[in-house]
Amino acid sequence: MSSIPIEYYLILSTFMFIVGVIGVLIRRNAIVVFMCIELMLNSANLALVTFSSYLGNPAGQVFVFFVMTVAAAEAAVGLAIIIAIFRNKMTVNIDEINIFKW
Amino acid sequence: MINYIYLAVIFPLIGFLINGLFGRKIKNEIIIGTIGSSTVGLAFIISFGAFLQTLSLPVDQRANTVELFTWLSANGLNIKFAYLVDQLSLTMSLIVTGVGFLIHVYSIGYMHGDKGFWRFFAYLNLFIFAMMNLVLGDNFVVLFLGWEGVGLCSYLLIGFWYDKKFEKGTTADAAKKAFIVNRIGDFGFLLGIFLIYLTFDSLNFNEVFSKAQSLSINETTFSLIALFLFIGATGKSAQIPLYVWLPDAMAGPTPVSALIHAATMVTAGVYMVSRASILFASAPSIMMLIAVIGLLTALFAASIGLVQNDIKKVLAYSTISQLGYMFLAAGVGAFSASIFHVMTHAFFKALLFLGAGSVIHGMHEEQNIQNYGGLKKYMPKTYATFLIAALAISGFPGLSGFFSKDEILWYAYANGGFIFWLIGALTAMLTAFYVFRLFSLTFLGEERFDHHKVHPHESPSVMTIPLIILAVLSVIGGYVGIPEIFSGENGNLFEKWLAPVYEPAEQKIMHYGFHTHFQEILLMTISVILALSAIYFALYVYTKNKNIAENISLRFRKFYNLLLNKYYVDEIYDAAIVKPIVTGSEKVLWKFTDSFIIDGIVNGVAKIIAIISESIRKIQTGIAQLYAFIIVAGIAAVLLWIIFTL
Amino acid sequence: MEHMQENLILTSLLIIPIIGSVLVLFFHEEQKKIIRWFGFIISIIAFIISLIAYNQYNPAEPQFQLIHKVLWIKSLNISYHVGIDGISLILILLTTFLTPLTLLSTWKAIDKNVKMFTFSMLLLEAGMLGVFMSLDIFLFYIFWEAMLIPMYFIIGIWGGERRIYASIKFFLYTMFGSLLMLIAIIWLAVYASSQTGMFTTNLIDLYKVGPTITREIQNWMFLAFFLSFAIKVPIFPLHTWLPDAHVEAPTAGSVILAGVLLKMGTYGLVRFCLPLFPQAAVHYASFISILAVIGIIYGALVSMVQPDMKKLVAYSSVSHLGFVVLGIFAMTVESTQGAIIQMVNHGLSTGALFLLVGVLYERTHHREIEYYGGIAKIVPVYSTLLMIVSLSSIGLPGLNGFVGEFLILLGSFKSQVLNSWWYTIFAATGVIFAAVYLLWMYQRVVFGEVKNVNLFQELTDMNARELLVLLPIILMIVWIGIYPSTFLKLTEVSVQTILQNVSINTFDFLK
Repeated sequence: MSSIPIEYYLILSTFMFIVGVIGVLIRRNAIVVFMCIELMLNSANLALVTFSSYLGNPAGQVFVFFVMTVAAAEAAVGLAIIIAIFRNKMTVNIDEINIFKW
Repeated sequence: MINYIYLAVIFPLIGFLINGLFGRKIKNEIIIGTIGSSTVGLAFIISFGAFLQTLSLPVDQRANTVELFTWLSANGLNIKFAYLVDQLSLTMSLIVTGVGFLIHVYSIGYMHGDKGFWRFFAYLNLFIFAMMNLVLGDNFVVLFLGWEGVGLCSYLLIGFWYDKKFEKGTTADAAKKAFIVNRIGDFGFLLGIFLIYLTFDSLNFNEVFSKAQSLSINETTFSLIALFLFIGATGKSAQIPLYVWLPDAMAGPTPVSALIHAATMVTAGVYMVSRASILFASAPSIMMLIAVIGLLTALFAASIGLVQNDIKKVLAYSTISQLGYMFLAAGVGAFSASIFHVMTHAFFKALLFLGAGSVIHGMHEEQNIQNYGGLKKYMPKTYATFLIAALAISGFPGLSGFFSKDEILWYAYANGGFIFWLIGALTAMLTAFYVFRLFSLTFLGEERFDHHKVHPHESPSVMTIPLIILAVLSVIGGYVGIPEIFSGENGNLFEKWLAPVYEPAEQKIMHYGFHTHFQEILLMTISVILALSAIYFALYVYTKNKNIAENISLRFRKFYNLLLNKYYVDEIYDAAIVKPIVTGSEKVLWKFTDSFIIDGIVNGVAKIIAIISESIRKIQTGIAQLYAFIIVAGIAAVLLWIIFTL
Repeated sequence: MEHMQENLILTSLLIIPIIGSVLVLFFHEEQKKIIRWFGFIISIIAFIISLIAYNQYNPAEPQFQLIHKVLWIKSLNISYHVGIDGISLILILLTTFLTPLTLLSTWKAIDKNVKMFTFSMLLLEAGMLGVFMSLDIFLFYIFWEAMLIPMYFIIGIWGGERRIYASIKFFLYTMFGSLLMLIAIIWLAVYASSQTGMFTTNLIDLYKVGPTITREIQNWMFLAFFLSFAIKVPIFPLHTWLPDAHVEAPTAGSVILAGVLLKMGTYGLVRFCLPLFPQAAVHYASFISILAVIGIIYGALVSMVQPDMKKLVAYSSVSHLGFVVLGIFAMTVESTQGAIIQMVNHGLSTGALFLLVGVLYERTHHREIEYYGGIAKIVPVYSTLLMIVSLSSIGLPGLNGFVGEFLILLGSFKSQVLNSWWYTIFAATGVIFAAVYLLWMYQRVVFGEVKNVNLFQELTDMNARELLVLLPIILMIVWIGIYPSTFLKLTEVSVQTILQNVSINTFDFLK
């Protein structure tokens, strides 16, 4: 429908996803990791909306709402866990939260 | 009476049970002793009755079997508890129960005051039970039952005073040695039994022996069977190389030494060889081996007995030596002569031991003959009976030992050869010498003990009456076996009585050449002269002129020490066999192989798994990002793979 | 015809200990006395039922009897299938005979967690009985594994100092073997399905299939089964779990372990290895017999130098069971009969030895031989009983040990499968060594002077309960020694059947 080729949106989406992944893998601050996870989710949203728009199928955009809801819930729970951990360990540095080390 | 022969076996068992279970409560020595002795006495009466009954039967019906019940049965093997009543087993039963009875009575006096009195009689009865099974059994397995049973009783009785010290160890050590050396012989015996079963498909005497005559079996098999059986015999009857337990067995009370280690148990090997005469006769090479070993043992043991200072040790080596004679006789095919010597030996050796017991008893447990001397006037009955026994064993003409020993020497010459006779006669001379050395140092000459400490006295009648009875037997016991040269055609009653048992074997034995009566009388005279001169010499040296003995022992110092230390055989066995096995088991087998290697492998496997686990667990770092990274990497890999394969 | 597919007696025999063990859980821990009595009575009931089964059994009939078969897992054709022949019966009798005596012996010895202990023991009894009765190989495997867990607990909770190490070692070692056996079981059942068209775990059917398996595969299956049993018996060199398990286990555990559990290994050899894989069995017979003979001599020699009485008896088990394995793989009627009676004998004699060592341990808490000496004066009744049991273990004729050893040695001497006298010759030296280690132990403990004055206070002679435990065993020792026909008759036909089957499929080695 639009004159912008679909590839541009998809590349942007991919780029956002990759930035998100790298951020998850590299950043030390737990809150930043969550932000990157949100970024990954939003890149998926972008891809969904792009295809919905270019294929004329509203299912994609509807699905975005689901994704956003899940993202919100997950962010809420995740942040609650971070706060609980912070109360115990006084840090949000992931490298120091290795309680599951065997 | 023949059909009730099993009672002669059961009565002593009952005596064992009564004294064993209730003896501690009974407390009264007379009752315990009477129970113990009368069971054996009854057994003797039954045996005697069976003997008379057998005599009344015609010669070819004198072997009868009394069956009790089936013991072991598997496939073709059918072993019954059954008793064979024939000339040989009756002879042995009479000896065992007769001499056994006398020794039981003697023990009532000897063991007086011992707190294990009831135990002693219980064990003695158990011994008679086992010995009767041995001599009466009609198959190899019941014989083996008795064989091991007497070994057990020997163990229990040698170690009877279980907290007493004995030489370098304890009486328990001596008992253990006896049992184990016996077991080594039994190992051979068992192999012989297996081979018999493999060859003849049966273990019953009648079946095996008749097949041995009729089937054609090659000589090697017979030789192996005979060899294995003989190994068993060397263990039980203390021949080279398994004799070492007998001198140590003197740790037990003297009646035990008399009954078990002189008169009965040690003759079990001779009996076994005699019973299986056909098997041995079919293996001439082994017969030769038996004769040689018997002869060498006789000489070897006599030489050791020459210099021993413990009264019982002298008699122990004497027993080994006399047993050697019995095997010499068996080895040259004179089976009835060997049994004849079993009988006379039972009489005079038991008498010697019981007399020694009387001396030990009277001298308050002193056993070193260097501390005796001049006991004649304190113990006249013991002195007289001991003298008779000493004369008998030396082969003094007319006494029982003379007839039996001479018969052996004659057959040694006739069937074996001159050299056999020569060494045998030489040993006889040594026998006379050491016995009379013992006699002189004990009863004659000056007293070498301290009168204030020791008050020698004669033993009570309950001990001296058996001595007297045995002395009478030692004198007249030989007359049943007077050789033909003296008594004519129907002479040697003993030999005639036993002949049917050995007939199959006789056919296979080679008789060397032709021998005349003259040769027999000549040899007899020579050996009598040798014996008498040895007696005289011993009496002279040890009563009049001890210096001769001392000078000789000094001049031949090394040889004297060799004899005194029994040729160091025990030490050699200990170093070559016992120590390596024990140390080897501990260091090599247990500590090294088991703990280090095998268990090491088991624990090692566990360790390896633990190490692997340790290194793998390092993956779990607990850092969530690492896990996330792996997830991403995995997804990427899968995606790439999908992309490239599509 | 005696086969009844619905004969319930064996199932009831199996059910009683299981129900008993569940009921035990309902008691309170404080009611120790009641729990002990309850356990004891349950085991006595089991013994009585086994006697009834003995009564119903017909020794002359070669087939399995008293069968009870119920289809269980339909899709795999696995049934609950139990039945006995002479060999199973005699071992079942041994189990039900020893269990009450064992429970009786723990009256004072086990004081904490009596409920759990009785539960474990009853469950163990059920497991052992199940092993001996199963005629379905899958069911057999279940019971085989089932008895590992109670044993693990018994050693691990009520045991000695190194009990955790010992119980884990025992458990893992045995389980390792069992897993290989599971593979072989599944393989066998699958193979049978390819032959008969139906996946079956029914032993009687598999007996027909087994000998037809090709040599290569049969060898592997045989080895898989054999390994599991070899660990259990134990056969040298897979024996190292035994000394630790025996020493660390409580007395009752050792008695049951030595008395019955070890027999499960030898039973497996007779029940599975020989009839299912006859060609492989004959092929490997020489090798296995060599291991057995090594075990006899090695076990005896290592036993000789042990300072701990329990370890001495433990290694003596290796030695005695070497005889049994030799008897089985010599494959003559005499030797296999001897092997089976020797299984019973070993259970009785070694069980009694462990009980006697336990008597001393209960009083002084010491097992080292060094600690004792001269106790004949202090405890004469005990010393007499120890002598009788030692003599039984040595194999004195007139007592039970001789019957087994004699038959085994005689049989292996004439064995055509082994075809050499040397096995017997070396094995027979075991009789010498047995005398050495037992008499030496006896002498150091019982004879001589009392070196340790503590013993005077610590040692009291056998009390009525302990006598009640030991006298039945001694009675059996003498009975089997003097009149073994009662027991030999029981197993003769079964042994002949098994050997005939092996012989038909390989070569005619039965005379």
